[in-house]
Amino acid sequence: MNDMSTSTVTEDGRTIGGVMMEMRNITLRFGGVVAIKDISFDIREGEIRAIIGPNGAGKSSMLNVISGFYHPQEGEVWYHGARRKAMKPYQVARQGIARTFQNIALFDGMSVLDNIMTGRINHMSSSFLDQAIWWGKAQREEVEHRRKAEEIIDFLEIQAIRKTPVGRLPYGLKKRVELARALVAEPKLLLLDEPMAGMNVEEKEDMSRFILDVNDEFGTTIALIEHDMGVVMDLSDRVVVMDYGKKIGDGSPDEVRQNQEVIDAYLGVAHD
Amino acid sequence: MPEQLIFAMEVTLNGLMTGVMYSLVALGFVLIFKASGIFNYAQGVMALFAAMTLVGIQEGRVPFSHLINAIFGTEIYDFGWDVPALLAILLTVLVMVGFAFFVQKVIFKHLVGQEPIILFMATIGLAYFLEGVADLMWGSEIRTLDVGLPQGINLAIDETTFNWFGYGFFIDNLDIVATIVAAVLVAGLVAFAQYTKQGRAMRAVADDHQAALSVGISLNFVWILVWSLAGFVALVAGIMWGAKSGVQFSLSLIALKALPVLMLGGFTSIPGAIVGGLIIGVGEALFEFSVGPLIGGATENWFAYVLALLFLVFRPQGLFGEKIIERV
Repeated sequence: MNDMSTSTVTEDGRTIGGVMMEMRNITLRFGGVVAIKDISFDIREGEIRAIIGPNGAGKSSMLNVISGFYHPQEGEVWYHGARRKAMKPYQVARQGIARTFQNIALFDGMSVLDNIMTGRINHMSSSFLDQAIWWGKAQREEVEHRRKAEEIIDFLEIQAIRKTPVGRLPYGLKKRVELARALVAEPKLLLLDEPMAGMNVEEKEDMSRFILDVNDEFGTTIALIEHDMGVVMDLSDRVVVMDYGKKIGDGSPDEVRQNQEVIDAYLGVAHD
Repeated sequence: MPEQLIFAMEVTLNGLMTGVMYSLVALGFVLIFKASGIFNYAQGVMALFAAMTLVGIQEGRVPFSHLINAIFGTEIYDFGWDVPALLAILLTVLVMVGFAFFVQKVIFKHLVGQEPIILFMATIGLAYFLEGVADLMWGSEIRTLDVGLPQGINLAIDETTFNWFGYGFFIDNLDIVATIVAAVLVAGLVAFAQYTKQGRAMRAVADDHQAALSVGISLNFVWILVWSLAGFVALVAGIMWGAKSGVQFSLSLIALKALPVLMLGGFTSIPGAIVGGLIIGVGEALFEFSVGPLIGGATENWFAYVLALLFLVFRPQGLFGEKIIERV
């Protein structure tokens, strides 16, 4: 097992701590299809960890395993030094793991602010009765949560659309609102499933900046899936490469870039 | 003022109040449909069951007494005490919450992700099951429900209107109480949904299950909460209708009157349920008043449905329902 106490300092001065989450020999099957085959890797405190690979490599499945939407048939998930039993997604969320989705899962009928406030649900401790009669603790809490939500709204520069119903927003902004909802939960681990898919260059640059800022300012550990290789190489500290459900590379962006198997997977290779 | 106009005013007022009674039933449908996409056919039976339970507890009757007596050869029917109305209502609320747990744990937990039609079929089954349980638990005699609500003509209104128009309006006290209760209930529900953690969780689940899970909301909890609320609304509707027309099995048919209300107001809108109820109430009363005599009366039996049909043609999502726009 990895030494939990080791920590390193990156070139740009961020501290990366010990292992936060560890996937051990994960295998996930859907009937006869093997989506993930015996994969192990870890995520360390404070780092930006990317999972890349061609379409259908099993990247999203892996993210779904971490967030509890899928349950692997074999293998173990270790979180903060303890083995995690099979959990429902809402239980995982309560452990401080927040996520966004590839095809955006927002509450379309609710305003941006309300959407973001749902991210605070696990921080609200007042009792059901307090809430029902809207008294004392519940009222104080709401103010406190509102403040936190506004903070994140400022941070992601979406003040102008606070009251807009999410259903009316363009794609790029929806992605940002989804990030805001995940962030407001003050997660220890943030999972981003293709945060830049379908964006133009400007939007991608904005999103990259936000991801780096989140990691830098809040110290949030981030695991992300992304297709844009340029972006991935710029953003991440370490990269896992998957292909056909198997891990074919793991290391710093530079190491991965020079890995022959990775090059083959991306550029294709002649099979005899 | 012409006599006809004064009559029309009285009819309108009474129509509004009948409409409130319809809305009370429709509310229960909206709550469950919004949060889980289930059209709850059993809502009317829930109102019946709640009213029967309330009367049963109040009169201190032994639940399942026929069954118990048949098995053990005993002869017990009554505990021999009377429970005060407020306490009985509280106990009935607890029973309805227990019912919500039962429904979620035994039925809908196992049907997550199924087609709407399957969920609908399940609620039909639930309706007949609950009707059977109600019968077995409390017997099938007609009961009178009396929780101390005022009934009969409101003399103050009668007198005032007599002084104004020379004709006293007949407004039932019970209808006035029902209106106040409905107003408080709706205000409470809307505030709950808007400003509380559980309310927000409820709206979140109504909107997107996956997203709700990812922010840490337990679907199970929210669904039990929603069924409990619907049970509570059913109790309120059961009290009002039960006080008006006695607690009997035909009470479950009030659900049929809620259908056109829902088509008008939209299946997903709480204010819609209220406005829809009012329109139907006033509409059918005025129609009966003005057109009824010309075509032989009894228009109240069908007017609401024809109105709903027209709405289906021109505005299928109802007045307040969410307009469905597919992005292509």
